[in-house]
Amino acid sequence: MSNGRYGEFGGQYIPETLMNEIHKLEEAYEFYKNDKDFNDELNALLRDYAGRPSLLYYAEKMTKDLGGAKIYFKREDLNHTGSHKINNVLGQALLAKKMGKTRIIAETGAGQHGVAAATAAALLGLECEIFMGKEDTIRQALNVYRMELLGAKVNPVTSGTMTLKDAVNEAMRDWTTRVDDTLYVLGSVMGPHPFPMIVRDFQSVISKEAREQILEKEGRLPTAVMACVGGGSNAMGMFYNFINDNDVRLIGCEAAGRGVHTGETAATIATGTLGIFHGMKSLFCQNEYGQIAPVYSISAGLDYPGIGPEHAYLHSIGRAEYVPVTDDEAVNAFEYIARTEGIICAIESAHAVAHMMKIAPTMSKEDIIICCLSGRGDKDVAAIARYRGIDLHE
Amino acid sequence: MNKIKNAFENKKAFIGFLTAGDPTFEDSYNNIMAMVKAGADLIEIGIPFSDPIAEGVVIQGANIRALSHGMTTDRAFELAEKVRSQTDIPICFMTYLNPVFKYGYDRFFQRCKDIGVDGLICPDMPFEEKHEASDVAKKYDISVISLIAPTSEERIKMIAEEAEGFIYIVSSMGVTGMRSEIKTDLDHIMDAVKKYAKVPAAIGFGINKPEQAQKMAAISDGVIVGSAIVKLVEKYGSEAPEHIYEYVKSMKDAIR
Repeated sequence: MSNGRYGEFGGQYIPETLMNEIHKLEEAYEFYKNDKDFNDELNALLRDYAGRPSLLYYAEKMTKDLGGAKIYFKREDLNHTGSHKINNVLGQALLAKKMGKTRIIAETGAGQHGVAAATAAALLGLECEIFMGKEDTIRQALNVYRMELLGAKVNPVTSGTMTLKDAVNEAMRDWTTRVDDTLYVLGSVMGPHPFPMIVRDFQSVISKEAREQILEKEGRLPTAVMACVGGGSNAMGMFYNFINDNDVRLIGCEAAGRGVHTGETAATIATGTLGIFHGMKSLFCQNEYGQIAPVYSISAGLDYPGIGPEHAYLHSIGRAEYVPVTDDEAVNAFEYIARTEGIICAIESAHAVAHMMKIAPTMSKEDIIICCLSGRGDKDVAAIARYRGIDLHE
Repeated sequence: MNKIKNAFENKKAFIGFLTAGDPTFEDSYNNIMAMVKAGADLIEIGIPFSDPIAEGVVIQGANIRALSHGMTTDRAFELAEKVRSQTDIPICFMTYLNPVFKYGYDRFFQRCKDIGVDGLICPDMPFEEKHEASDVAKKYDISVISLIAPTSEERIKMIAEEAEGFIYIVSSMGVTGMRSEIKTDLDHIMDAVKKYAKVPAAIGFGINKPEQAQKMAAISDGVIVGSAIVKLVEKYGSEAPEHIYEYVKSMKDAIR
């Protein structure tokens, strides 16, 4: 890989104002990723603050009930702040500090990345501003207040579709006004190089641990690993250390919303085409003139019209599979895993659980699936109740 | 023949921007012709994009109005064609890379050439990524305009040396929009640009008053004004042409 390219995907399509800064970020990252002190500090934070390693849990009841492959969950939902997002923000916030920055900004969809960024900022003594689509501040009101409790300023974004992509637009606009003291802590494996690489590296701890854990528990590699995909950070983290294990299937589960043929969808691999947006060449939901399409999913965290360039690449070479999962299927899975395993997972993660429920019964008892539970579902309870027609007031 | 250099011949250039189809095709045509009549030297026609990350709220609004009234890349070409049928003024398109990429680089620049559009400005296409478009544009004699920002520093040399048409100097940090004061050390940047560039350099971002324009033109080859014009479009609707005429005339007089 050179110049931040994964095949034809990736690149650095950003305003000139940001170019020097993004080069500085790349240089700093290339230095600190091999720096012993930096890694000791980060690993201590991941262990003592975030609660790593996360558990690899054998879901015996679901395995029996579904009657096929042996099912494991990688429990990123048990991390501090309740999702995998903390892995990346601790890394990036620490990097920001080393670079002499005093302020971080971040976009957020469901609020998980925003909460994680606000948390890391509080811990490391950085000023923090979060950009969140106004629509999402309503869907995820609890997370907004959570970020404010942590001392962050939350800016509701009223431009465009008022969701995740607009939050990214606004964060980028903010960054161009003050690069001197600010690092944009991007939340997914997307955007201009080096972000897809940095976020992947910080998230790859998921598959690094999972690979060791499954070898210890089962003495062999899994048949498949799977995760939900919006921009794709937990999926990239779950895939990364299995990419060279050619027999391990990598399965990404996209949010199909009301279905890939309805137009109310966020399934980029299923419905997107090649384009250039948010700093990267990748696949995007867009019209014939390259206008970015409004996307829809019940999940605010998967409600993004693009996908990280490394996913687009893994798809193009056939190394990873990507499947669409509808709102209905995700909500059913959300309820099923709660009843069966006593785990209320994020609606994002429920997309991966839903597909796992489809494929596990078709596989043999010798097969092993590891499914990443990227986050916990407390934030989604009210929305799921509403989906079921129950008027719940928080 | 590419006409961009005509904009700078023996004078300071006034470059006016507006978004195609804001709020309608006819309005933007009338507004462009008002700029031409008032003495503008180059017209930048914005092809609206759903997610204009380098724009402030004023031009974001124009993008939304234009798209909601059905403006497309094809219609923007028709607008440029209609303007070209009336005047020889140099014309550049300003848009984001995705609409151009999606249209197809060859198809886009071929159509620019056929119609007589002279250049393209894309704020999300930095030096390192410009070749996929500029190599194609060259075949059709279309200039891909380079931008230089307050943060460019040692990048100025490589950008300026390869620049075509004119150089777009971004006056300030941040996005487009009117500013009461421009604080960047532009003298310093212009010195570096002049050292390496073979083409003229115009300053944009934030300029909205004649006094500012005069100051900026004194140290460069011209000024670029967008948000202030779009603001008039937003405020006066179909009455905008007379206001734009007066405004552009006052700006042009200030830099003469």
